[in-house]
Amino acid sequence: MEKFTRHSGKCVPLYQPNIDTDQIIPKQFLKRIERTGYGEFLFYDWRFNSDGTESESFVLNDARYDGGSILIAGANFGCGSSREHAPWSLTDHGFHVIIAPSFADIFYNNSIKNGLLPITLDEQIVAGLADKASNDPAYNLTIDLEEKTVSDATGVIASFEIDEFRRHSLLNGLDDIGLTLQHASAIAQYEDRRAAQTPFLAY
Amino acid sequence: MVCEEAGKPILLYIDLQLVHEVTSPQAFEGLRLNGRKVRRPERTFATVDHAIPTINRNLPFNDPIAAKQVETLRKNCKDFGVRLYDMDRIEQGIVHVFGPEQGLTQPGMTIVCGDSHTSTHGAFGALAFGIGTSEVEHVLATQTLQQNKSKNLLIQIDGSLPFGVTPKDLILGIINRIGTSGGTGFVIEYAGKAIEDLSMEGRMTVCNMSIEAGAKAGLVAPDQKTFDYIEGKTFSPKDEDWERSVEFWRTLPTDAGTAYDQTVEIDAGQLEPYVTWGTSPEMSVKVTETVPDLGDARDENQRKSFERAFSYMGLEPTQRIDTINIDRAFIGSCTNSRIEDLREAARVIKGYSVSDAVNAIVVPGSMQIKRQAEDEGLAKIFTDAGFEWRDAGCSMCLAMNEDILKEGERCASTSNRNFEGRQGRGGRTHLVSPSMAAAAAITGHFVDVRNWKFKD
Repeated sequence: MEKFTRHSGKCVPLYQPNIDTDQIIPKQFLKRIERTGYGEFLFYDWRFNSDGTESESFVLNDARYDGGSILIAGANFGCGSSREHAPWSLTDHGFHVIIAPSFADIFYNNSIKNGLLPITLDEQIVAGLADKASNDPAYNLTIDLEEKTVSDATGVIASFEIDEFRRHSLLNGLDDIGLTLQHASAIAQYEDRRAAQTPFLAY
Repeated sequence: MVCEEAGKPILLYIDLQLVHEVTSPQAFEGLRLNGRKVRRPERTFATVDHAIPTINRNLPFNDPIAAKQVETLRKNCKDFGVRLYDMDRIEQGIVHVFGPEQGLTQPGMTIVCGDSHTSTHGAFGALAFGIGTSEVEHVLATQTLQQNKSKNLLIQIDGSLPFGVTPKDLILGIINRIGTSGGTGFVIEYAGKAIEDLSMEGRMTVCNMSIEAGAKAGLVAPDQKTFDYIEGKTFSPKDEDWERSVEFWRTLPTDAGTAYDQTVEIDAGQLEPYVTWGTSPEMSVKVTETVPDLGDARDENQRKSFERAFSYMGLEPTQRIDTINIDRAFIGSCTNSRIEDLREAARVIKGYSVSDAVNAIVVPGSMQIKRQAEDEGLAKIFTDAGFEWRDAGCSMCLAMNEDILKEGERCASTSNRNFEGRQGRGGRTHLVSPSMAAAAAITGHFVDVRNWKFKD
């Protein structure tokens, strides 16, 4: 897992509800067998016209938002397919944080596994952040995972909740599989116990 | 549950992992890089479904990148000792069709797959959910997952589904009611007479789209129908083990009087055939209704979503559903590609021809279903009517292969997602049941299949 402690960056507003993983990265880019290099395909159908030229109205094509690393999005972000290519494309493009009123479960998990921090805040706060980022493309936020706070130039503007275990894993960049393998004997005992209790089950 | 420590997620043992070509290559590569092996290859089964062609399989793939992905899965399965049901096998099919069909899916199991529609297997009273590639690797290496407990949502569906109203309409109606994030953070249990009355395949259709309501998983208590469906399948318990397994499975249903975190009640008798009009599965109406008006939006956000959807879908507010003409019809996907779905569609199609304006395809969920449909004469009904009859795979549900909508084309689809671009960039998807898709393919526009003149 990628380590995450504190991040400061420019906000990119994309405040629509139900942005699904088919929008984040369309299916034709899921055939590659690598984990990297998906950034150029991020929001592909929104970023590019069918003739391959850039769509002028899309926020990622607005030079004022170049280098933005905090995405401000609408509710139920990341719904749909389980493709981890979605967080891969977001991180590869340079995003470190997504702030939204809610996230789809699988996307939320996948993001954390990749050091991309999904932050859930009240709808009104997120709408306010989206407004600020829309009006001021230089609007910056600082996310402190240690303190669980979101700050701008005026100071702390919101606190957020995150599961303690996930926070700990992110702060320390822990290897999930390595951690679980520390329980290898418990897993083996479980398997033995199950085999003894329900030997009739097919497998 | 393997172990539980305060302040940490529980370590959940995974009984079965299904693997396919698209979400697994990076997971196997991760194992390789760390010198790890697959802990329990006998609990891991692979097939190919997402990116493979459904036509001309004797020829090399037209798409070299998809070919490499399939080749990679073959190598990974060989290197790590995982059974692969490849394109030359009768068992090959969509992961969520293949698992139940082979008897791999059994009550009380924990089942995962790098695919969000893993919720399908909940129809057997299994806890089944989709995971990302990092978690696929975690399960391959440890046969466990770190999990937090979900809340429970009971969806109680009393009454009976009226004539012409299918399991697909039931789940579209549920999503219409609770919304695409109505199930977020929950595992849904579907219960009530309407669920008990459903066949196993109908229950699979309902559980399949739990993810479209945002739920982690959806499940149905196992009953005699469940056991009858599993009995005699390749991987089901046999002889004396079978008797003992059934006895064990009978203890699994939720205790009477259990408290749920939330309950939704639905009267099956009020349901009608549904058609989605927008770009989210919750944007649906009954076939007798019209596309909504902007004034129907509950708030400014939804109003904006409606406007965007009208524009993308090329529809007018308050347009009647039966005035929507289609260019394509797709009968298939892990939602609706099983033998009962094909029978339902064939019954409508029998004696009719596909509209000249429509290109229609049927993609069975597995090669075994394909063969069964051919044996039952269904394939002939489809091909006589002008449907293309394909080999098994995900096909146009997500359009990773060549089965794809062109810009602006409108499709009556039995699949599960109507997102922008889902079936092809600029493509317009309307989610419906197999019988509704069949009727639309013939008339060239949506019709209320309850008024269909069957030519039996």
